[in-house]
Amino acid sequence: MIKAILIFNNHGKPRLSKFYEHYSEDTEQQIIRETFHLVSKRDENVCNFLEGGMLIGGSENKLIYRHYATLYFVFCVDSSESELGILGLIQVFVETLDKCFENVCELDLIFHVDKVHNILAEMVMGGMVLETNMNEIITQVDAQNKMEKSEAGIAGAPARAVSAVKNMNLPEMPRNINIGDISIKVPNLPSFK
Amino acid sequence: MPAVSKGDGMRGLAVFISDIRNCKSKEAEIKRINKELANIRSKFKGDKALDGYSKKKYVCKLLFIFLLGHDIDFGHMEAVNLLSSNKYTEKQIGYLFISVLVNSNSDLISLINNAIKNDLSSRNPTFMNLALHCIANVGSREMAEAFAAEVPRILVAGDTMDSVKQSAALCLLRLNRTSPDLVPMGEWTTRVVHLLNDQHLGVVTAATSLITTLAQKSPEDFKTSVSLAVARLSRIVSSASTDLQDYTYYFVAAPWLSVKLLRLLQCYPPPEDGAIRGRLTECLETILNKAQEPPKSKKVQHSNAKNAVLFEAISLIIHHDSEPTLLVRACNQLGQFLQHRETNLRYLALESMCTLASSEFSHEAVKTHIETVINALKSERDVSVRQRAVDLLYAMCDRSNAKQIVAEMLSYLETADYSIREEIVLKVAILAEKYAVDYTWYVDTILNLIRFAGDYVSDEVWYRVIQIVINRDEVQGYAAKTVFEALQAPACHENLVKVGGYILGEFGNLIAGDSRSSPLIQFDLLHSKFHLCTVPTRALLLSAYIKFINLFPEVKGTIQVVLRSDSQLRNADVELQQRAVEYLRLSCIASTDILATVLEEMPPFPERESSILAKLKRKKGPGNLHPDLDENRKERSVNGGTADHSSTTSNAKVFASPTTSTDLLGLGSTIATQNSAPPASKGASLLVDVFSGNTAAFPVATPVAVGPVADENFSSFLPNTPQVAYANATLPTAEEPEDKFVCKNNGVLYENQLLQIGLKSEFRQNLGRMYVFFGNKTSTQFMNFAASVVCQDALQAQLNVHAKPADPTVDGGAQLQQILNIECVSDFVDAPVLNIQFRYGGTLQNIAVKLPITLNKFFQPTEMTSLDFFQRWKQLGAPQQEVQNIFKARHSMDTEVTKAKIMGFGAALLDGVDPNPFNFVGAGVIHTKTTQVGCLLRLEPNTQAQMYRLTLRTSRDTVSQRLCDLLSEQF
Repeated sequence: MIKAILIFNNHGKPRLSKFYEHYSEDTEQQIIRETFHLVSKRDENVCNFLEGGMLIGGSENKLIYRHYATLYFVFCVDSSESELGILGLIQVFVETLDKCFENVCELDLIFHVDKVHNILAEMVMGGMVLETNMNEIITQVDAQNKMEKSEAGIAGAPARAVSAVKNMNLPEMPRNINIGDISIKVPNLPSFK
Repeated sequence: MPAVSKGDGMRGLAVFISDIRNCKSKEAEIKRINKELANIRSKFKGDKALDGYSKKKYVCKLLFIFLLGHDIDFGHMEAVNLLSSNKYTEKQIGYLFISVLVNSNSDLISLINNAIKNDLSSRNPTFMNLALHCIANVGSREMAEAFAAEVPRILVAGDTMDSVKQSAALCLLRLNRTSPDLVPMGEWTTRVVHLLNDQHLGVVTAATSLITTLAQKSPEDFKTSVSLAVARLSRIVSSASTDLQDYTYYFVAAPWLSVKLLRLLQCYPPPEDGAIRGRLTECLETILNKAQEPPKSKKVQHSNAKNAVLFEAISLIIHHDSEPTLLVRACNQLGQFLQHRETNLRYLALESMCTLASSEFSHEAVKTHIETVINALKSERDVSVRQRAVDLLYAMCDRSNAKQIVAEMLSYLETADYSIREEIVLKVAILAEKYAVDYTWYVDTILNLIRFAGDYVSDEVWYRVIQIVINRDEVQGYAAKTVFEALQAPACHENLVKVGGYILGEFGNLIAGDSRSSPLIQFDLLHSKFHLCTVPTRALLLSAYIKFINLFPEVKGTIQVVLRSDSQLRNADVELQQRAVEYLRLSCIASTDILATVLEEMPPFPERESSILAKLKRKKGPGNLHPDLDENRKERSVNGGTADHSSTTSNAKVFASPTTSTDLLGLGSTIATQNSAPPASKGASLLVDVFSGNTAAFPVATPVAVGPVADENFSSFLPNTPQVAYANATLPTAEEPEDKFVCKNNGVLYENQLLQIGLKSEFRQNLGRMYVFFGNKTSTQFMNFAASVVCQDALQAQLNVHAKPADPTVDGGAQLQQILNIECVSDFVDAPVLNIQFRYGGTLQNIAVKLPITLNKFFQPTEMTSLDFFQRWKQLGAPQQEVQNIFKARHSMDTEVTKAKIMGFGAALLDGVDPNPFNFVGAGVIHTKTTQVGCLLRLEPNTQAQMYRLTLRTSRDTVSQRLCDLLSEQF
């Protein structure tokens, strides 16, 4: 079972946290900090698995993580999950995000945290893997977006227009935008053609 | 086109997030957040009704604030309102808020449940999915109560869409995990199994997860899934890489589903049906073959997916542990991975090999990789990998390679990561003890441990070395010599001073003949360390000094000077001061004989479970403590039907072994001491005797003698894990075992599929000894085996039962003997309970059985004449002293059987006492520690009415009642 899915950046700022077991809010924050501490001190090119921190169950659980440019994707799982399987799942998650956001970057995760949650919900549910087929996931997300668009309709249009303009002027956007190259180097899957 | 266009977000949200990100300090951030929270709160409370868009925006803001680690204590109600919106976007954000923020005991649950109920019955698949997700993510009990019946229905309904089926399967799985009692098994179970044949691979994946969990709980119900899983797996494995289209991931056909199916198969033993078994073997061989093929892609994703399947296949092979060829192939494959350039694969290979090392077929094969593993220990950059290497070395260690492995681990210890040093120290200590052929090597190893990693050597480790040295004569001289040499180092660890002080104090005389280690030199050496040590060590050294006075009268003067110095006699620490005062006094006034008695060499310690092993268990948690069994895979269940050892063999074993029981009652006195205190405190009580019972002044004596014993950890035998699965806790109900044992002392106390408990016991006066034989009826080792005796409530004061520690493992088909020493303090009614706990496969088993220790066991028969009998009978004439019972015969009224029972009960059967020859008369004395109770009994059978009248007269009313109750049950 997947106990928790955490995404944080190189400075330990959480960008997504999803717990499939109940912890108090304080403990959740502590787990995020502890996990960041464990993961961030590791070199690149070491293995992607390590024993979980004390707060999330110690050696009973494993942290399986990947580091992409500015972000760490960490899955905390118990012994019933295949390590390499989860590693593959992280890849599917990131590739899906990349498809959905077109070259996903940290900012997308910040400004569209609800969307990221929705994409994740198509893959993992209640701590179990729901769907691993990227096309299926994207189909679902697309369908949701269509519904969203049709619901927003005319009423949503002005707001969207304004936000589009305003977003362009957000002062700190350029500063961060170049970390947008999350360098996943998503391959074009042959099977998708 | 991207699925999410970036422009159409909510402007207010974007501005807020930008503001936060622009905050220069934590304080500024908090200020901005508080401002926003106040704003949202006022908006929620305001008169103007908010439209869906605004609600959604504010809820998104709250989510963001929550993610930053701030408490959100409002907004829940608004989120719940969003659930009942007809708009998908609003509904979705409502569900998102709830699954992130609402915990399971919120009082909003009933409102949420209402919304979920509506969505589940909406027949809109998107809404149904949202609702199912919410149930699965929150997973509270109230939700389980509300939907446990509904979800299975959705899952197996014919018209449910695939995506909803997937969600329903996982939702049901979650409910089953959180509230298994609420999820009813029913006709849907067979239909769930058939989902393994579903067209849609996503549905199959979700169903496999569900079935795996359910099968762990009730394997029988889901047995049919094995053949379906094998069939499915075989189709996947043999398919061309393009057959499964979207479920092919980087040229690997449905890797996640394959992994899940292989996991499911690990819930069961190898299939019995030859055809299925053959097909499975074929699959596994194909998977192993594919590993040797050239990769279809250079991408790491390809190899990861392929190897995920491969490792799971290897796990299944190890789990089945039945096909030697597959096992050897698995081992070779792992061997290749050990040298792979991918760190992940090396890590996983080390981990899998650990479990493989416990298989008898492959233990030798695993051992051939020892050099590679040692190399990994030395050269891996990653501490997690090194740790796996340590685990594997520990697992593959046996007598043949123990010296090499211990040496390597010791040398690794010098550079090891601080976080794992203590664990390595414990492992080295355990291996050194377990495989020590010559104990000089053991002593050297432990001293090296202290030298290399003194700070990480816990008390248990040095206690243990002292226990072993004291118990083994042959190593004592060597130990004394070695510690003496080790202490000469200018800087040595305090733990070494402790061991050195203790051992020289006991056995310094063995090396005193050598002029280089004369008594005075020994003393000076020890005392040179004294001032650098902490108080407990100094206290120990003081005790060593007084032992020196006994061993070497020639240094008495020197030591007395030391004891008399102000720094001792007036030490600020009360313990040190007291020891100095008392030892000085003792050395001045006691005669040599008394000194020799008081300061006698420590008696051997009773053999017990290594306290180090107990410590490692505590450290590592219940799993992982012993290399011999795969315990890492918690999810793996006990698979039914492994109890194939015929019960006849284990029966025979139960009764064959107790050869030592012939003369156990010669040990009466030892039993007494063991009950009152650990035997090592003998020295202490002697000390007290010398000073005419002035115990208050001499509490110090105890630490002197007890030393290493102090850690004797009986608590580790008590069940200390509260969250045990009471899987097979079947209490015997058919016949109360104590009834069966009232008139006999030997027999089978308890039996289930896994375990048989046999008893053999003997009693004399108020003492008894019981041999308990635990027979493992399976072919698998029991791990963490612990049996403890609990006397509840009043019984605590009435009966002492001391269980000698026994081994923590019971091999398959083998038998473990545990000795219980029993002392009856006063008369009692209840029976003590024997709690047994062990790990079989992955599951913790708990068994509690009442021990048949009854009051009549402490009967001593008394022969007397007819005259005596009636005289005493009359003396015990007070109404409360007599208890009478008239009852119907439950067995045939055979005179010989009845006689045997009365004698078995413990009383003397007095012939020719009663005028009526058909009556039975008995007499005896119940011995308790506090009193002796004389008992007379008379049994009058009435064969026509098939009735008995039983009369008991004793000097204690409670005894009369209890004996009458016990005996009445027997006829």
